[in-house]
Amino acid sequence: MNGIHDLGGMHGFGPVVQEENEPVFHEDWERHAFAVLNLTMAAGQYTVDELRHSIERMPPAQYLETLYYEHWLHAAEDLLDKKKVVTREELERRIAEMAPKEKK
Amino acid sequence: MKHADTHTEPPAGPALRVKALESLLVEKGLIDPGAVDEIIDLFEHRIGPRNGAKVVAHAWADPDYKRRLLQNGTAAIAELGFTGLQGEDMVVLENTPRIYNVVVCTLCSCYPWPTLGLPPNWYKAAPYRARVVIEPRKVLAEFGVEVPADAEVRVWDSNAEIRYMVLPLRPAGTEGWSEDRLAALVTRNSMIGTGVPKVTA
Repeated sequence: MNGIHDLGGMHGFGPVVQEENEPVFHEDWERHAFAVLNLTMAAGQYTVDELRHSIERMPPAQYLETLYYEHWLHAAEDLLDKKKVVTREELERRIAEMAPKEKK
Repeated sequence: MKHADTHTEPPAGPALRVKALESLLVEKGLIDPGAVDEIIDLFEHRIGPRNGAKVVAHAWADPDYKRRLLQNGTAAIAELGFTGLQGEDMVVLENTPRIYNVVVCTLCSCYPWPTLGLPPNWYKAAPYRARVVIEPRKVLAEFGVEVPADAEVRVWDSNAEIRYMVLPLRPAGTEGWSEDRLAALVTRNSMIGTGVPKVTA
């Protein structure tokens, strides 16, 4: 499918921004997003093609505004919900339970 | 303008979301917390561009290996023990004084993990993916690579299966060097095509 992910040749994105001595992951949640995605794929919950397809169906504005590992997280939530492995309701309930403890 | 039905809580940030998701998957027995730590350690500390640098240095030092590498990248790279996810179908592109190869994944972030590790942010972000296919010389110049006017630039856009890696040109003045010493000249960007090996002192 074509869509916002098909970026080749588009104008207007500005310069390529490089980072000196860039770490592999920038924040701890990125480590965990990477691990969770790879492990659920390795366990056969979904394929890498399903992962890509889910990312490609993100709302275009959201796709451009979010970080790379947020795309992965979006796909994991989407696919695990569709396959009834972890439903949206379950996830939101857990987030609500964890949220007070996370507040500073 | 506000409506009552828009007064929902803003969605939780990614740190909380991934923590919640991981905790549910662990509880369901679908992922092992030890495996989470293992895969993070593997990609943060043990897989990275030093692997690819060994492949390049070996190809510079051994013409037979270089031939095998250019003929069947996956098999030749496996000879050095670098195999696995995102390296299943490797194509190695040889730079010459007349040909500059550069690799991109315009659609997402395809990258040869076993030899280069995980990609830097600029490789995954919109500007590089958008621009390198239409103005590669300009993008390469921003990376400090000046392509002579009479040289050809070949831009390789990864597809769902194939992973590319550039075999950069061996720097002059390195005749007789050990592979370890050669490998130290090979930068990550020189294997993406957005850099050249370090110059010899």
